[in-house]
Amino acid sequence: MRLIIALFLSWITLSAHALLTVEITKGSAKPTPIAIVPFGNTNGLPEDIQQIVSADLDRSGLFQTIPKGEMLSQPTTQKEVYFRDWQRLKVSYVVIGAMTTTPDGRYALHFELYDVLSSRQVFSGNTVGQVSQLRDIAHAVSDAVFEKITGIPGIFSTKMVYVEDLGYAGPGRYRLVFADIDGARERVLQASKMPILSPVWSHRGDKIAYVSFETTRPAIYIMDLATGRKTQMTNFPGLNGAPAFSPDDTRLAMCLSKDGNPEIYVMNIATRQLQRITDHFGIDHEPAFSADGRSVLFTSSRGGSPQIYQVDLASGRPERVTFDGEYNARPRVTPDGKSIVMVHRDKGIFHIASQDLKTGDMRILTETLLDESPSVAPNGAMLLYATQQQGKGVLGAVSMDAGVKFTMPSRQGDVREPAWSPFLK
Amino acid sequence: MLNTFKTVFALIAVLGLLSGCSSSKKKQEAAPPAATTAEAPVSAGTNLDALKAAADAAGNVFYFEFDSFVLTEQTRAALLAHSEYLKAAPRSIRLEGHADERGSREYNMALGEKRAAAVKDFLASQGVSSAVEVVSFGEEQPAEKGHSETSWSKNRRVELK
Repeated sequence: MRLIIALFLSWITLSAHALLTVEITKGSAKPTPIAIVPFGNTNGLPEDIQQIVSADLDRSGLFQTIPKGEMLSQPTTQKEVYFRDWQRLKVSYVVIGAMTTTPDGRYALHFELYDVLSSRQVFSGNTVGQVSQLRDIAHAVSDAVFEKITGIPGIFSTKMVYVEDLGYAGPGRYRLVFADIDGARERVLQASKMPILSPVWSHRGDKIAYVSFETTRPAIYIMDLATGRKTQMTNFPGLNGAPAFSPDDTRLAMCLSKDGNPEIYVMNIATRQLQRITDHFGIDHEPAFSADGRSVLFTSSRGGSPQIYQVDLASGRPERVTFDGEYNARPRVTPDGKSIVMVHRDKGIFHIASQDLKTGDMRILTETLLDESPSVAPNGAMLLYATQQQGKGVLGAVSMDAGVKFTMPSRQGDVREPAWSPFLK
Repeated sequence: MLNTFKTVFALIAVLGLLSGCSSSKKKQEAAPPAATTAEAPVSAGTNLDALKAAADAAGNVFYFEFDSFVLTEQTRAALLAHSEYLKAAPRSIRLEGHADERGSREYNMALGEKRAAAVKDFLASQGVSSAVEVVSFGEEQPAEKGHSETSWSKNRRVELK
């Protein structure tokens, strides 16, 4: 126990410079022009709020922010907004605001969103935080602006975890990293000389399940994010892999080979009781619960090549889901439960694809090499995946209509296996 | 290729030494011809050295085709040499299965295990009764870092330790 606390306390908080940076490789055909005016009373703060909001909206691919230098005026209150200035710049929306400090020393940002065409205020809001939460304040503005204009909840305040391989033999080679979704504020949850893989979020967003080889063999662990405390869930001979939480977070689907072959099991997290789901001499692996929690989708080689199947937990009967292509693996269900995303091989190249579960229509979303590990945003509008850039593992993101793409190159090691958090409170 | 020649020569050397010895060991069922010939017992000393030399020459890394856990002819020949030595000088062994980087990570973890299990099953079919630990590292620990078939073919492997 003391060791666990010590490990928790030794979480390394990295420098303010993000390890991952964002490069937009493909934007929407017609992004909406928007002006994020520098907010009043924000000079000298350790974070540039206007810049963070602008970067968020640009990264969504749906917006294009205009540079500060092109603004004809920089209003911070409603009475300073002259719509004609913004009409001349062909800007559709303007965001303004100003910071104040509260009596207890916190920062409060009041912000307002204007529609230039109709010359009216769309929304005004307030967001408050400590000095260490200035980035949270900025992302809250981005979320509100994005949702008011598009009708889709923003994901700028969400988090991710990913695995980084620094590539040298040594104690800190493999790292499980927690970061803001824009790559900033990383902290290392776990470092090991042995492989770490398959991180997934609980649906409440309070826990991460993952696989670690720290005992020289694979075992499944659950880490509580608030305390840093980790619990070893499995220690079976053979494979202990691919954990996935049920929608209510009471069960954990996984792959075990303790009975001689890779099969899917579901564990009751509280009682540790195991239910075996599959029984086939092929490889059954990579389970994911359906949105209603009643069935599990998984990869199986039972038909010869890897394909995705769905098994109803009550009847135990599996049905094949994917038929396009000779390799479909590692399903993840979209938040609306209507589609899956997967690793798909097309003409020998591995891409990320999505498939509508009702119609069976498949769509290839990425065009890079060795794409894997797709993880869908909680608003269902984008996904993160792992890919290669100049021989190095990097994270990529693509919108679900394949219209917007960006990569997040790493300054250090090979980065992979991104897991996008749910909406966090 | 060099390994194949080494294995073949080493096997020939072992078989030469073994021929003429009397047999008291039970025959293995369904063993390939080469193994049947090599079934003769080992008395001690120089024979053990020869078996060790043959096993060493066979190498301890065995390679596989993409998305396959079928043992190649070359691997079967190499494992025969290991079987003979392991039967003569039993020790617990660890089989580490690996995959190349293509495709899904966890699926590759299963592929690595299937590969190591195929080696384990082959050794057992040859009468090896050593304790065998199977561990798969999937694509996590490549032997070569490159991103082309040259590297991938070196990474789809089982290491006998």
